[in-house]
Amino acid sequence: MSDLLAVIIDGIIYSSWLFIMATGLTLIYGVMKILNIAHGSLYALGAYLSASLVGWWLAGGHDPYGSYAMLAAAALLVGLVMGPLLERGLLRLMYGRDEVVLLLITYAVFLILEDVIKLVWGVDSLYVSQPYDLLGNFDIGALSYPVYNLVLVGVAVATGSATAWTLNCTRHGKMLLAVIHDREVSGAMGINVDRLYLMTFTVGTTLAAIGGAVTAPTLAVSAGMGVEVIVLSFAVVVIGGLGSLGGAALGALIVGMVRSAAVHYLPAVELFSVYSVMAMVLIARPKGLFSAAEARKI
Amino acid sequence: MTDHTLRVLLGVAALLLAGLPFMPQWLAFLITLALARGLVVLGLALLMRTGLVSFGQGLYYCLGAYAAALLDHAAGIHDAALMLLAALLIPVVVALVLGLLLASYRGIFFAMLSLAFSMIVFGLLIKTSSLGSSDGFNVATRSIFGITIADGYNGRVFMAATAILSVIAAGALHRYLNSHLGRLSAAIRDNELRVEYLGASVRNVVHLNYVIAAALGGIGGGLTALAVGHIDPDMAYWTTSGEFVFVAVLSGTGSVLAPFFGSVIFEAIRTLANQYAPNIWQMTLGITMLAIIMFLPAGLWALFRRKARAA
Repeated sequence: MSDLLAVIIDGIIYSSWLFIMATGLTLIYGVMKILNIAHGSLYALGAYLSASLVGWWLAGGHDPYGSYAMLAAAALLVGLVMGPLLERGLLRLMYGRDEVVLLLITYAVFLILEDVIKLVWGVDSLYVSQPYDLLGNFDIGALSYPVYNLVLVGVAVATGSATAWTLNCTRHGKMLLAVIHDREVSGAMGINVDRLYLMTFTVGTTLAAIGGAVTAPTLAVSAGMGVEVIVLSFAVVVIGGLGSLGGAALGALIVGMVRSAAVHYLPAVELFSVYSVMAMVLIARPKGLFSAAEARKI
Repeated sequence: MTDHTLRVLLGVAALLLAGLPFMPQWLAFLITLALARGLVVLGLALLMRTGLVSFGQGLYYCLGAYAAALLDHAAGIHDAALMLLAALLIPVVVALVLGLLLASYRGIFFAMLSLAFSMIVFGLLIKTSSLGSSDGFNVATRSIFGITIADGYNGRVFMAATAILSVIAAGALHRYLNSHLGRLSAAIRDNELRVEYLGASVRNVVHLNYVIAAALGGIGGGLTALAVGHIDPDMAYWTTSGEFVFVAVLSGTGSVLAPFFGSVIFEAIRTLANQYAPNIWQMTLGITMLAIIMFLPAGLWALFRRKARAA
């Protein structure tokens, strides 16, 4: 019984993290039709900068609770700098190219950022577990979990609701939905597509950095941490249906639960199970679980 | 314009084989690796001509390598020819089955499903302790076609084998691309609905191309396994597949010679970068890739084309 409970709780925690990553990815794809491989590097960048800022904050002898503000600051900083930089400086020159070409461009960005991270932070791992330990533990039955995990779940719910609310209930969101539906016509109707693209990419980048920032205290921040994250978040958004927020949530839950169950009951199939689910979903529903029918263009 | 492809192919191969006895060991090894990986890229280039990018070609590279290595590891067969045969057959069988599914996928979904398949194999291999988990295992080769290879000559024999196989593969693919069926590939990339209206089966062509690409990937993997003498699951990881895509983009799909040319350049840069600037190796790759996509969308091969036209 407590075994099952542990699987579910671990699954939820893991899903929350996956969801934060997947939201940014699916948002960027939905609006801009770019499957962003660099998402993993931006995640790593967020984690590194958080580790540095938190380390600097604590070394200065400030109030340890301020380290949470540092995590947020790091995520915002990465998002607000890297987002516009990549969109304005690079992606903007490439719109209109094939989806796969855009995929390759983000792959190139990924390669570049991997080395940038190594050049700036070196190859040694960084540890900042203070924000993780600070809040203590809570008990569910016989199981004890760090309270920090609740923060993680909270951040996931908050980012998810905020994104959904922005999309469905604000003026900008509705314009964005129009752009998703038909970019050219929305442009003709006076929507500033250029600016919406910039905003979308920046928000997506910030979400990746938030994913990195909330993860930084829970593990050793080390080189190459973005590499595995990329394919995992791909699996999530592809399962859910590219460009669908609800799909990202469902995909994150599925992947999170499957992985958590695999880790508990049959560790040997951990990775295998995640990608098997991805392949099975793609086989059964080639465009993911939540996907709208598309008209065939001749 | 007369077609010099086959002549160039034979010429370069003859040059390589003639230079073999005078080549230092390291150079022979590098050329072997470059050509073996060039074979994988050749398969990817064929898919790209059809308008498909596989982000999971590492699957066949890895399967080929493991098929060859398992003959030695599990069955005690040390003959290079048999090992390469296994490296060809296993991927072809797997691709025939997976191709049934993949033949109806396009664009990003083709890339993602092929990625998923390769990651499944990676996930399996990395947890299989009898195959060395993430460390992989060593491969020993003692003979080729039953003839024992003398000590110290392994590298040269493999290079000769790789060069000969590359010529055969590239020559055959060149003929295929100029055949009726082969010319359909580019047509599918341009507009597959029209191809269907003309009465050809898009599915079958895509399936066939997928199997050919897998066969080339398998051979490339098998040759790499023999030459390196060691294999590990990273061969199926997505970054390996990404590298192949990179080289395919770098070289372009204009000619069957392009993948080998691109692959040799790639290995040369990699070796130099490892030696002199290991910290910015990936960055160099990334910047090169961006530059190629921006300024030479048809790949390095376009440079030759332009010259040929100007002359």
